[in-house]
Amino acid sequence: MKKTPRDSGESGRRISRRAMFLGGTQLAFMGVLGLRMRFMQVDQADQFRMLAEENRINIRLIPPNRGLIFDRNGEVIAENEQNYRIVVVREDAGDIDATIARLAQLIEFDPDELERATKELKRRSPFVPVTVADRLTWKDLTRVAVNAPALPGVTPEVGLSRHYPLGSDFSHVVGYVGPVSDYDLSKLKNPDPLLQIPKFQIGKIGIETKLETNLRGRAGTSRIEVNSAGRVMRELERQDGIPGEDLQLTVDAKLQNFVQARMDGVSGAAVVMDTQNGDLLAIGSSPTFDPNKFVRGISVPDYRELTENTFRPLADKSVQGTYPPGSTFKMVTALAALEAGVISTDETVYCGGYKQLGKRRFHCWRRGGHGHVDLQKGIYQSCDVYFYEIAERVGIEKITEMARKLGLGTRHALPMSAIAEGLTPTKDWKQANRDIGWLVGDTLNSGIGQGFVLASPLQLAVMAGRIASGRQVSPRLIKTVNGVETEIKGGEPLDINPNNLRAVRKAMASVSNSQRGTAYRSRIVADGYQMAGKTGTSQVRNITAAERARGVTRNRDLPWERRDHALFVAFAPVSAPRISCCVVVEHGGGGSTAAAPIARDIVLQAEFGGLPPLSAYPRSQRGTIQSMREKLNLREFSLPRDGRIRT
Amino acid sequence: MSYLEYSVKTVPSGFRKVLHLNWALVVLLVAVSCFGFLMLYSVAGGSMTPWAEPQMKRFVLGLFVMFAIGMVPIWFWRNMAGLAFGITLLLLLAVEFFGVTGMGAQRWIDLGFMRLQPSEVAKISLVLVLAAYYDWLDIDKVSRLRWVLPPLVLILVPTFLVLKQPDLGTAILMTVGGGIMMFLAGVHWLYFAVVIAIGIAAIYAVFATRGTEWQLINDYQYRRIDTFLDPANDPLGAGYHITQSKIALGSGGWTGRGFMQGTQSRLNFLPEKHTDFIFTTLAEEFGFVGGISLLGLYGLIIFFCVVSAMSNKDRFGSLVTLGVGTTFFLFFAVNMSMVMGLAPVVGVPLPLVSYGGSAMLVLLAAFGLVQSAHVHRPRSKR
Repeated sequence: MKKTPRDSGESGRRISRRAMFLGGTQLAFMGVLGLRMRFMQVDQADQFRMLAEENRINIRLIPPNRGLIFDRNGEVIAENEQNYRIVVVREDAGDIDATIARLAQLIEFDPDELERATKELKRRSPFVPVTVADRLTWKDLTRVAVNAPALPGVTPEVGLSRHYPLGSDFSHVVGYVGPVSDYDLSKLKNPDPLLQIPKFQIGKIGIETKLETNLRGRAGTSRIEVNSAGRVMRELERQDGIPGEDLQLTVDAKLQNFVQARMDGVSGAAVVMDTQNGDLLAIGSSPTFDPNKFVRGISVPDYRELTENTFRPLADKSVQGTYPPGSTFKMVTALAALEAGVISTDETVYCGGYKQLGKRRFHCWRRGGHGHVDLQKGIYQSCDVYFYEIAERVGIEKITEMARKLGLGTRHALPMSAIAEGLTPTKDWKQANRDIGWLVGDTLNSGIGQGFVLASPLQLAVMAGRIASGRQVSPRLIKTVNGVETEIKGGEPLDINPNNLRAVRKAMASVSNSQRGTAYRSRIVADGYQMAGKTGTSQVRNITAAERARGVTRNRDLPWERRDHALFVAFAPVSAPRISCCVVVEHGGGGSTAAAPIARDIVLQAEFGGLPPLSAYPRSQRGTIQSMREKLNLREFSLPRDGRIRT
Repeated sequence: MSYLEYSVKTVPSGFRKVLHLNWALVVLLVAVSCFGFLMLYSVAGGSMTPWAEPQMKRFVLGLFVMFAIGMVPIWFWRNMAGLAFGITLLLLLAVEFFGVTGMGAQRWIDLGFMRLQPSEVAKISLVLVLAAYYDWLDIDKVSRLRWVLPPLVLILVPTFLVLKQPDLGTAILMTVGGGIMMFLAGVHWLYFAVVIAIGIAAIYAVFATRGTEWQLINDYQYRRIDTFLDPANDPLGAGYHITQSKIALGSGGWTGRGFMQGTQSRLNFLPEKHTDFIFTTLAEEFGFVGGISLLGLYGLIIFFCVVSAMSNKDRFGSLVTLGVGTTFFLFFAVNMSMVMGLAPVVGVPLPLVSYGGSAMLVLLAAFGLVQSAHVHRPRSKR
């Protein structure tokens, strides 16, 4: 290791040069680092700051309270009930199985549900709360709450769930809600993010689905800070949502309850309408079902019971069901003929029991015939031959025109599911749908409401209402939305000669008030409350033909019974009509025996705003009525009226 | 250079040496480490444990080691260079057989009281042995091929062992650091041109052999390179580290969110927040001002090293000082480039700031050599 001084000096200089170079390079690189830092932290800071916020903040939706639904008097039809549930956080609970076992000593578990919850608890991240028990009673909840110190990680929680306090009365009108399904989501183009919340309830049928947007409200948001594993650290900001809008129906819950109770045991529908403004006071369909079962998730046996029932409880017959109106259609034919001038109010037609048309005989329901028949007798005796004759004279097009004027054959705009259009046939329609030209026989059949004609109970109630009021009343189901009155449509007078309307109304009054009227037995004797009406009995076998014509096969209707449908349309009081009504009893037999008594009870109930005095009934029937009433299963409405509308 | 060639009288002796330490450097090292303590305290959520307190203890220990080494004459360390290098090679071999696997690599030996990373030691002993070699070698022979080969072997043998662990980051740093030592010693620049050309060819080869049986580096290393080249293409997978790191760093802005207010690191979006990615926390909480301050401190350390080396007539001391400074530079330059998205993610800690025992001890020991060279530099006779 020898070294000469020369070496040292030379090497020293070289090292110095290269050290300078190296030091310079290093400083230059640090300059680059500094510039890069400046670029990222100063020039691009906003962009990165935003990304960091996204990293850090999660937005959670707070479900809004669904709008409530009230009847016209403020009775609650649909409300949000507190739903008590038990939530477990695995991380806090420690030993899951021990915790569950301890819980099981306090509350009863559904074994399937328990298995699912346990599985979910073990699968999910340890800090995610999992619902282990739902819809507990207050007692169960408090039992868990009291034992909370011994149950780490177990929290009793309160959520909201839809509840229908009036149960089955409004199941067809209001419908029900249920958890969002994939199918529901697939129908929506741009689904509300709320729908992504597990088990979020949305309307499935009826008003609940038709007015979903009003009822749902807007979600609130909670901005929460989360860490990279998604664990909530704290809530930064909370913005409450907007609750859904409250709805008030035109329906009177008490009357609705009476309608459903009165129709209990038969398959049919009844609609009561205010003839002044079109308010639907009751819109019942029987049999019915408990919508609360659907909210909770109906059990398979319960559901099968509903679907296999020949009375089809799930179908809303009031607006979805269409029936040949039978003799209740005769007012349409009469008005069409009177308006066309093919017959006058006192002109008579001879009824010998049938009308000959070519080789075919069209029979009257009374084999012996009615003799000389004018408009009045034609309606209150329901003489078929009279109407065959005037129908032939006026022709189908005029009849159909009149039917549409009176609200048949059109789909009334109501927020209910699957509202039927009915059918008022024309020659073109038959050519297009049946490939056969219109026959005069078709006109004759249509003239007595058979053949192709189809109408729903709603349409028939509207028809009766229009005849009674002489104005174009349209049905209305929603009275107020969020306290704001909805529009009332159809105050304009009908384009019908008032004299003709008056003649028809007079004849309808005779139906249930004249001794020879077909519904005399179902008369009202209380002064000022008398009812006018029209019976109808429609032949079931004709449904087949008619419905096939519409291309709808509801064959499951047919094998049940071959008996006729019983119909009755009414308005009351006769002197100054306030309400109209239609009752249809499927396969009930004659309109006068099956439908008219029900219609009378409903009309009286509507007129009196409660159970009418027995004196409103004919003396001889009061005993029967009394015993029938005792069997009625009516709901108690003890709440003060107008007391519960939320403003 | 033997002991006698120094002007003994002018080299301080006994406790007078303390006065001749490079105190500016000591202050700078303490300042940088304080940045580290602050950040470790912050990422632990405002707690001395688990990182800040052990780090402080090790720093104090490291300072004593530095002073102790600095007190020992530099020629003693020159004589120890070969032995140290030999021991390092043995440690690197030992890590192959007795190493503890951490983070998917065999990197440390558990000595009971601490975990020793031989690769950290290797970087310094390589500097030592190369400095000693060029001190010994005649200056005229430096660029001759047969005298260029031995240092190459000295560099490549430990590099190969480190690469086997596998620790690509350290291997690259050692190769580059060794190359710079040769450059400083005065090896002709043509050699470097050839090596750089070969390096480019090697990079090409690494990519060309990918997916074949002959592939030269591991899959995870390929993925890191891919991620570096395009972090956006897999933001939640392999690119996660880079993306999150850039977000945290960029969101700091001018003055940062404030001490302990960094959301990204505190909410665990940052990977390895207390080790390799600690700079992002610093940049997020103290912003550009904080980041540039640390960079400035590092720059001053390099500056004092270069000044000390240039004023040192002793070839060995000068080379060791520059070698340690270069190693230190490579550490923070690569680490900062990595967190700023300028370099692929390689496991290189931020010197004196990242949590880690052996890295800090070894670095302070290396600065002890710098101090020794500074204290014992030849002084002109008066």
